[in-house]
Amino acid sequence: MEKRNAIISVKDLVKNYDDFKAVQGLTFDVYENEIFGLLGPNGAGKTTTLEIIETLRQKTSGEVIVDGYSVDKDPSSIKRIIGVQLQAAGYYPNLNLVELLELFSGLYGVNVNPMDMLAKVNLQDKAKAKYKALSGGQKQRFSIATTLINSPKIIFLDEPTTGLDPQARRNLWDLISEIRKQGTTVVITTHYMDEAEQLCDRVAFVERGQIIALDTPDQLIDNLIASGFERKKEVKKANLEDVFINLTGQEWRE
Amino acid sequence: MINNDRPSNQNTSSTLGVGGYSHTKATLALAKASFRSIMRSPSAVVFTLAFPLIFILVFGFLGGGGTKLDIALAPGSDIQNPVVVALEKTGLVRLTKNDDQKNIDSKLEKGNYDAVIKVEKNPNGVPAYFTNVTYTSASLDKGNILKSILNEISYNLNSQNLKPTVTEIRASTVTGRLYRTIDFILPGQLGFSLLSTGVFGTAFVFFSLRQNLVIKRFFATPVRRSSIVIGEGIARIGFALLGALFIILIGHFFFHFTLIHGAITVANMLILSTLGVLVFMGFGFVVSGIAKSESTIPPISNIITLPQFLLSGTFFSIDAFPTWLQPISRALPLTYLNDAMRKVAFEGAGLWDVKQQIFIMLIWGIGIYAVAVKTFKWE
Repeated sequence: MEKRNAIISVKDLVKNYDDFKAVQGLTFDVYENEIFGLLGPNGAGKTTTLEIIETLRQKTSGEVIVDGYSVDKDPSSIKRIIGVQLQAAGYYPNLNLVELLELFSGLYGVNVNPMDMLAKVNLQDKAKAKYKALSGGQKQRFSIATTLINSPKIIFLDEPTTGLDPQARRNLWDLISEIRKQGTTVVITTHYMDEAEQLCDRVAFVERGQIIALDTPDQLIDNLIASGFERKKEVKKANLEDVFINLTGQEWRE
Repeated sequence: MINNDRPSNQNTSSTLGVGGYSHTKATLALAKASFRSIMRSPSAVVFTLAFPLIFILVFGFLGGGGTKLDIALAPGSDIQNPVVVALEKTGLVRLTKNDDQKNIDSKLEKGNYDAVIKVEKNPNGVPAYFTNVTYTSASLDKGNILKSILNEISYNLNSQNLKPTVTEIRASTVTGRLYRTIDFILPGQLGFSLLSTGVFGTAFVFFSLRQNLVIKRFFATPVRRSSIVIGEGIARIGFALLGALFIILIGHFFFHFTLIHGAITVANMLILSTLGVLVFMGFGFVVSGIAKSESTIPPISNIITLPQFLLSGTFFSIDAFPTWLQPISRALPLTYLNDAMRKVAFEGAGLWDVKQQIFIMLIWGIGIYAVAVKTFKWE
């Protein structure tokens, strides 16, 4: 594999909460314009790692460089070039989507047309709706719209598809691929391996605060097979999700 | 799946210059968002406008002005006698002429009537009338007022044709401003409105922004913490002043609330309101910091607002409180806001004339913000 340009570089990252070691010496690079997946069980340290890179959390030790800026020395420069979707963030109460996007363009100091942003995530019809009134998939798409306001170089998506139905999930994959096509680097966490396999160029498996594997999904699968692993059951040419999508249709209902 | 063929993007220089970010713009965007949100929040509108207005309406209609004595004329009295005529002329009594004896007795006992008067013609000629008055222990203070009114009436009637031998009282009254109930009630209600919006509003907003991770999302943008606080403050003060202006204007045009120097008085009141809501917001910041859950905000806020509501001269003058209670009243910031408001509105005082009140509020402000800095939580 050709040597690529690292836009995020994490070295020996450690984060301790009192007596709990959340992150224990992570080292990895995220290349420009790739979709990078952080995978692992709950509590493995994925969100903590993301939030340290996003400058939302202090690290205990280690080095994190984002597009040439250090998280210690230049967090505000980093904030300007990244878009962040938090796992459970709320939005200002009593405001509709257009007003929320106006607020965020003020916070990022950019001039954007809220309707253009909504068009990017296909929410034009919901311009006057309140965030609380949106469905799960719409909420995630709106969150992604707020991450795109400052035309960021990197966006961070923390479990964007958790709790969504298969149609909404696939729709979000398309959206994320589209964003990457525009030249944005995407860092994503997920619990769904099919999603990671479909979407991510490279994935890192995190377990108890340490990276236990990092490669392309293809390579990781090949490695496993090479070690003699076999599925217990012969894989059919379709799975139950294919049946679901086939029966209920591709388009989304919300 | 690997995009090895994609040319790596070398252009990493930031398109947003360091100087390109405006903190003012971010602050104003927050102020605008917050103001919109407050205007759509039912509880903010109810506490800031509806509550004070209801009290103003009630007291505005209640307080016609001055004390009135309720007096029953006993059945069988001579109505066309000079005593009753003179009594009615004073304008101080509400005379009920056609109640029956049984009713009168029962109402007298309850204090609904302050006294009963029976005037009889003297068949012997001199004096022409006997005036029998029955007072009630249920309303002794008003009975005493009636006593002196009757004394004066009888003196005047008896001495109509006489030259005074010792002295003649020449009384005159200076024309003063009519101090209506509204002149007392409105500043108190205004102060209370500022107190509620400052404490409850600020506490709830910052607590829920923190709890729902709205602030965390803000922190992922280049916005400064100070911009968040200032933006929120601008919106809160703007809303409070709008409410204050509304209350003052309703009071002035519907209930003749006295504004001595007109617009200047209003401006002075709004400046005092700004100071007041700033101080009260400090309490709100403290509450948002120490509240463990959304449901603990109202009780904690009430601990701060209720004593001031009752003891700071919102409804009654502090002078009417027992002496042991007065020092407590005189320690509360709302007392000084109310006091300053009344002086400015009714006595026409300038801001310099109420510098003592302003000074004490400033001390409260410094103290409470010092506590707020220690207790406030961002996450």
